Amino acid sequence: MTMANYLKQGAAVPDERGYYGEFGGRFVPETIIPALDELKAAYEQAVDDPAFVQELMHLQRTYTGRPTPVTYAKRLTEHLGGAKIYLKREDLAHTGAHKINNALGQALLAKRMGKQRVIAETGAGQHGVASATAAALLGLDCHVYMGEVDIARQQPNVFRMRLLGAEVIPVSSGSRTLKDAINEAMRDWVTNVRSTFYLLGSALGPHPYPKMVRDFQSVIGHEAREQIQEEAGQLPDVCIACVGGGSNAIGLFHAFRDDENVDFIGVEAGGLGVDTDKHAARFGDLSISRPGILHGTRSYVMQNEDGQIMETHSISAGLDYPSVGPEHAYLRSLERAYYTSATDEETLEAFQALSQLEGIIPALESSHAVAEVIKRAPTMSKDSVILVNLSGRGDKDLDTVIKALEGSL
Amino acid sequence: MTAPTRTFGLEAISQMFQQAETENRAAFLPYFPIGYPDYDASIEAIAAMADAGVDGFEIGISFSDPLADGPAIQVATQKALENGTTVRTCLQAVRALRERGITQPMLMMSYANPLVAYGTEQFVLDAKAAGADGLIVPDLPPEEAGYFADVCAREHMALVFFLAPTSNDARIKLAAEKATGFIYVVSLTGITGERRDLSTDLSQIMANIRRLTDTPLVLGFGISTPEHARMMNGLVNGFIVGSALVRAANQGTDAVSKLAQDLRNSLD
Repeated sequence: MTMANYLKQGAAVPDERGYYGEFGGRFVPETIIPALDELKAAYEQAVDDPAFVQELMHLQRTYTGRPTPVTYAKRLTEHLGGAKIYLKREDLAHTGAHKINNALGQALLAKRMGKQRVIAETGAGQHGVASATAAALLGLDCHVYMGEVDIARQQPNVFRMRLLGAEVIPVSSGSRTLKDAINEAMRDWVTNVRSTFYLLGSALGPHPYPKMVRDFQSVIGHEAREQIQEEAGQLPDVCIACVGGGSNAIGLFHAFRDDENVDFIGVEAGGLGVDTDKHAARFGDLSISRPGILHGTRSYVMQNEDGQIMETHSISAGLDYPSVGPEHAYLRSLERAYYTSATDEETLEAFQALSQLEGIIPALESSHAVAEVIKRAPTMSKDSVILVNLSGRGDKDLDTVIKALEGSL
Repeated sequence: MTAPTRTFGLEAISQMFQQAETENRAAFLPYFPIGYPDYDASIEAIAAMADAGVDGFEIGISFSDPLADGPAIQVATQKALENGTTVRTCLQAVRALRERGITQPMLMMSYANPLVAYGTEQFVLDAKAAGADGLIVPDLPPEEAGYFADVCAREHMALVFFLAPTSNDARIKLAAEKATGFIYVVSLTGITGERRDLSTDLSQIMANIRRLTDTPLVLGFGISTPEHARMMNGLVNGFIVGSALVRAANQGTDAVSKLAQDLRNSLD
């Protein structure tokens, strides 16, 4: 496998101001604008520096365990009786999810910028664990903001972060989930901006974060595009990934952006159903989701009539977020990507199906993507190919799943 | 409908600074959120501060995710939202205050999303009609404010931008070029909230900005006591107090009135 510098692939978006069409930008307090300018300059310089790129790639190979494989899901394919299904195995990356790709990249950048203190937000805890891991590896101080609701439902990850030497700071404001953890991380950054690097975990927030996170995550698609051609003998007909903020999805899609015959499907959290008010389908329910401004970027935001941000619901903490990365809003506006949702119930079925048919326990987030595969594969011909991003493993979710399936296991 | 006896918008704000300057003092602009502790009490608190002789107001519209605000204002604005406060309620409050004869300039403070949801142009028109004189939007830096700026300029409404201790010369020049009414200078790297001591290098921060602009400068974040207020004379054109007044509101309108009076008196 060639390891070209995927960080420097030319891409049409964002523009210099961080816009993806009408989405993106930098809607933040003035205090951190100079820090965003500094970050953008440092990032651009780093990706031009062969030493930085070599160090990142070396760590990916010898520490993260990249490239992660692409696995043909033979029994699931036979069970569904349609398209051939291939899994990009980000669950096999160190720490158990794709989040490490971005965390390592940003932590190396923090070190390069001389920022010893890093802060992060986390929902499911995967980004918090990845940040704590990268900080331990590179000798940085790590502080992770996490909503109290998420702390309660993702206990194993809280312990992992603490074991790794990070401080986990409970967030008790608002809905006490990912959205509020980001608010607190931003307040910390505004306060400690000179000494602190904000290690943001998804392809959202003010420019340059959506681009930087996409670029670090695009290793997923960069590898998968070669691997699928080796394994399946062709490019996929469709790439499927779950979308919370959207970093694993954009990381997969980005490498296929010029392959016009490859369709992209993003799967949002349908919660109890998009016809209820308990979901996080930003593109699925346009009665309560429309373009707005949250956490420094213009994108689709679930909000009431008065512009107040709504609380969301998902069985998976990592998708439980009222906005979505601006590039997804852009891809949707171009009709380059299509977005759908999976309910909690469909997600739990997919979680069990992949466990029982393939011996792979997926994260609840990734199970949303698998749920879409289960719906779609039977409608496709047997010579067509689906590539699904298995963004993380499900060990962290066992408590949630045991409770949800009580009595039926 | 604006009161014919009152100058309006940019002109009113400019007169406010001129008046304070002739009295050799800084102008005092309290922040207060509509709907806290409830709608009527917030109207009473603002009216009482007007009687106490404050120079202008920052009228707070609440937002669910106030990322530039500290705990005091987070709690107050959350309560205001729970009380059913909306953008419309806040505009209604401004109208009610004008009908009571309050003439001081009022600037609407809101995060960007509630204004965008309302409709930017419609908001500016309705705020003007209600009797407001300008807008303060903490998550709207000048480079993202094109449309807001055009509409405010057309309607002679102020659109205030911010500077911080981290702002370099290029940022200072940009704010100086784009801000109308005044520039809001954040006294520290941080969020809103009371501080025991103000930064020791305030005079240097202000001098650094003053070197590049003649626009009035209004300092905010952390200012909470009469001792702090007294330091504002000669340092800035005006200053904002928020969290301390919001905290006083827990003890009732009289406590707000007394603190506003003490802050105002310390300037003479």
